[in-house]
Amino acid sequence: MPGLFIDVQVDAAVAKDAAIAKKLEDACPVDIFEASDAGVTVVEANLDECTLCDLCIQAAPEGSVKVVKLYE
Amino acid sequence: MRFYEYESKALFERHRMPLNTRRTVSSASEAREAAAEIGCPVVVKSQVLSGGRMKAGAVKFAKTPDEAASYYDEILPIEVNGETARSILIETMSPIAQEYFVSVTWDGRRKAPVVLFSDMGGIDIEEVAEKHPEHVSKTHFSTIFPLTPRIAKEAIGKVGVSGRDLNRMTPIVFELMKIFLEYDLTLAEINPLARLEDGSFCVLDGHIDLEAEARGKHKKLLAELGIGEDETRQARPPTEFEIAGRKVNDVDHRGVAGNVVEFDGNLGLIIGAGGGSLTLFDAVRNHGGKPANYCEIGGNPSVSKACELTKLILSKPGVEKIAVMMNVVSNTRVDIVARGVVKGCIESGKDPAKVISIFRIPGAWEDEGFKILEKYGVEYCDRSVSMYDAAGRAVAKLGA
Repeated sequence: MPGLFIDVQVDAAVAKDAAIAKKLEDACPVDIFEASDAGVTVVEANLDECTLCDLCIQAAPEGSVKVVKLYE
Repeated sequence: MRFYEYESKALFERHRMPLNTRRTVSSASEAREAAAEIGCPVVVKSQVLSGGRMKAGAVKFAKTPDEAASYYDEILPIEVNGETARSILIETMSPIAQEYFVSVTWDGRRKAPVVLFSDMGGIDIEEVAEKHPEHVSKTHFSTIFPLTPRIAKEAIGKVGVSGRDLNRMTPIVFELMKIFLEYDLTLAEINPLARLEDGSFCVLDGHIDLEAEARGKHKKLLAELGIGEDETRQARPPTEFEIAGRKVNDVDHRGVAGNVVEFDGNLGLIIGAGGGSLTLFDAVRNHGGKPANYCEIGGNPSVSKACELTKLILSKPGVEKIAVMMNVVSNTRVDIVARGVVKGCIESGKDPAKVISIFRIPGAWEDEGFKILEKYGVEYCDRSVSMYDAAGRAVAKLGA
């Protein structure tokens, strides 16, 4: 479920990659990503804290992570 | 942060101020013992932070140790402005020839410390200033240039004190000025400073207010005076609303949002930015508005903090609308605060468009913030609208 203002969508194939999951978890300053051996989980409670820094977009393969502003 | 009299005197003692023999006691038998040891007559004084002890009957003069013990029991339960005694101070009773007043405080308009001196001490200085202005002197001094006894001498001399009294009081007033600067005080006061019958001078009562922000810097002094880290020394205990605000702020390290003071009005305030809170609070009042709270936000609080603060203010009985206003911000993101307050309104079951009377936070990421406000129909303005006018708009909406 998206936040009130922000949604983050991770490509299904990338979401299962443990190495990328770790990168996403490390990159996000507001803990939107949680990594495990099974891949990455988006922490819904933190979605609205997104600072639009795009570090997650840079950490993942091009086009595999999308940050959506729900107010636009 | 205010000191009790016995703490103020302990600080004065370190600076070799002339003081009477004294002892704080915590039982009638200790009072008797102290009076016998010091030598009667003695003054028995309630230790409270507020003024008006004498009028409340919380200061007595005892001729014998037994009388001191009986006054202890009499004074201890007396409330002075709703405050009960922390302890009782037993002190030598001095034969007074004349009383003076000396205070060092900060003059916000002149942006400099000021020495206030009067040769009519022992009573309300405001009353003296009103009825006998020629008996009160005001002498500003610099925090940059070296402090010299000449300034103290000038302050005393202005009310006509001269000769031996001037020479004897100068080092006392000069020391008080040094204490004021050394410990980052907002007030250092001696009232009365007494000339005794033998011509010597004695500090009979003292007030110290330490700048709350300087507590960390003076940890050692506070510990030595026995002032606990948890002692707030506020004029009144915090309300449930204020405690809840603190909890909101303590949730995470990001920014400040939750430093609130409760008032009775109907307009909730989410305000801040480098003195902006005071300006905005005053602006609301100048427009005839009634703030429900004072508040300080800044330093880029998280969305959740701004959200929880909004919910707290909206939950306060009597709050009809909230005004979200800040000075131009560079270290707080407009869009993050906008998200927080809009979310807080929605989670409180209220329509942001109806409950937010005005959103006036210009600065970093304002375009992004304004997009959010537009989506939710919230009235907002940029830096072309002054803080004063924004406060006026907020107040006007309550009357509509």
